Amino acid sequence: MSSLGWRRPGLTDKPFHYCPGCTHGLAQKLVGEVLEELGLLGRAVGVASVGCTVLAYEYFDCDMQQAAHGRAPAVATGIKRVLPQACVFTLQGDGDLASIGIGELIHAAVRGERITVVFLNNGIYGMTGGQMAPTTPLGFSTTTTPEGRESERSGFPLDVVALLRSIPGVAYLARESLSSPARVLRARRYLRRAFEVQEKGRGFGLVELLSACNVGWGMDPVEALRHLEEKVVPLYSPGVFRDET
Amino acid sequence: MRFLSGNEAIAEAAVRAGCRAYFGYPITPQTELLEYMARRLPEVGGVFLQAESEVAAINMVYGASGAGVRAMTSSSGPGISLMAEGFSFLVGAELPAVIVNMSRTGPGLGGVTPSQQDYFLATRAAGHGDSRLLTLAPWSCQEAADLTYLAFFLADRYRHPVMVMGDGLLAQMREPVVLPPFARLEDPDKPWATRGRGRGERRIINSLRLDLEEARVFHRRLREKYREMEEREVRFQGEFLEDASLVVVAYGIAARVARRAVFRARSRGIPAGLFRPVSLWPFPRRELRRLAPGRRFLVVELSQGQLWEDVCLAVGEEAVSLLGEDDGSVPSSRQVEEMIIELTRVAAARAHG
Repeated sequence: MSSLGWRRPGLTDKPFHYCPGCTHGLAQKLVGEVLEELGLLGRAVGVASVGCTVLAYEYFDCDMQQAAHGRAPAVATGIKRVLPQACVFTLQGDGDLASIGIGELIHAAVRGERITVVFLNNGIYGMTGGQMAPTTPLGFSTTTTPEGRESERSGFPLDVVALLRSIPGVAYLARESLSSPARVLRARRYLRRAFEVQEKGRGFGLVELLSACNVGWGMDPVEALRHLEEKVVPLYSPGVFRDET
Repeated sequence: MRFLSGNEAIAEAAVRAGCRAYFGYPITPQTELLEYMARRLPEVGGVFLQAESEVAAINMVYGASGAGVRAMTSSSGPGISLMAEGFSFLVGAELPAVIVNMSRTGPGLGGVTPSQQDYFLATRAAGHGDSRLLTLAPWSCQEAADLTYLAFFLADRYRHPVMVMGDGLLAQMREPVVLPPFARLEDPDKPWATRGRGRGERRIINSLRLDLEEARVFHRRLREKYREMEEREVRFQGEFLEDASLVVVAYGIAARVARRAVFRARSRGIPAGLFRPVSLWPFPRRELRRLAPGRRFLVVELSQGQLWEDVCLAVGEEAVSLLGEDDGSVPSSRQVEEMIIELTRVAAARAHG
């Protein structure tokens, strides 16, 4: 019996460290379930990154590496190239993936690396206490855009899915929000599909999960989910943008 | 025997040492190493990948090494600076790796001519947080092959990154090289490697240690590792040291020039000797200190007083002179010889005065 009193598929019995209301735990639970469902745990090597996903190596019931900030796609490339039979995935937040690590991400996609990137986009640096991320919506206040993000000084929100759509090496590309049960179930299907694409050796796969950071956003959990649905989903439209299964 | 450039000798020796993953980025003067690996590694079933940057390259090395494969990268000064974060992560996660630095001149973009200006970078500040690299400095194409071969075994033994530090001249010049034999490629026993846990216990490659006790245990192990390296991995070469009143200290290509100058001086009856550190870290500090009483030291380096600092720490600043070339040129053996003669003359005048 685990210390939690129940077993979570694909995950260890280490309790999540995430703030109450955060959707990171939910996202990782989905990934764990899919890995177990597909029978991949014994062949899986996951890569945790820097930010709120940093402790992901504690949670997945498979081999894990922890990577430097933004470098998870490069680390995953190193693993996959020497272990082509392994199932290699990364978990990255938007600061890690869309800011400091955008170069590593794009080039892993350009090479069509047979890896799966799980991208948790909550539009903010959660771990360091709520600074602006490249994905932060215009007008949204953070500790480094106290008056709200405005494009003149801080540029426009970066749509990673739109960026990746021009790259032929991308074999699977989907986005969903974790703001409602129906969406969560769809996100789970997308994740499953992304891992299947990797198993078939088709190319690079990424699933973006729009996530809530109620603490960083200065909201209560319910308010944050509503914000996600009403303000973030219209900005980053969900859907499947490529599927070469 | 083959006639190889330093770059080629290092690449072929790496393949023979069992390197099966290379990740690199073009930069003068080490590009031929990258090109050699692009041709050679597929022949032995290895992985070659041209990374999008040196930052990516060192992190690919991290991933591949974490998966249990002998992995390497190579670059030159500016690229090595970019890799510094990765070196620190390799140290923190206790991963073996071999890094080759064919160093070039100057801060910034500098120049592409030979230098030894990355001495501090290699021996002092390879990355943040108490990270040191075991650093080996060859002076010939033969030794470049031999030390690269050794570097892979040391990296595995200590689970620690090892740097082979050459320079632009060594990278480009050609010499006859006897290559080391192919290492037996039985899967090295790396129970810590993340290859997929199968039905067993999961493994974690990680350098984050938030728990104080965990951090304490790691830092104790790191300290012991460094101490063991200082006990066992100090390498140097000496010539004519017994009767030398003046010892020239130099490594790498500068030591080739210095050696010729020492021979010339001796043919004039000046008792000069040569001390050549082969491991830059750990530095042969105790061996130099043992020589100190009654001797003068002349440091010859292609940088401005970096090796000089280590020699001063070993024997005391008073006894040490410096011939440092920092503009990308290599001093002639005549220049070094003249300095030996001058220092000997001054010492003699002092003794008589």
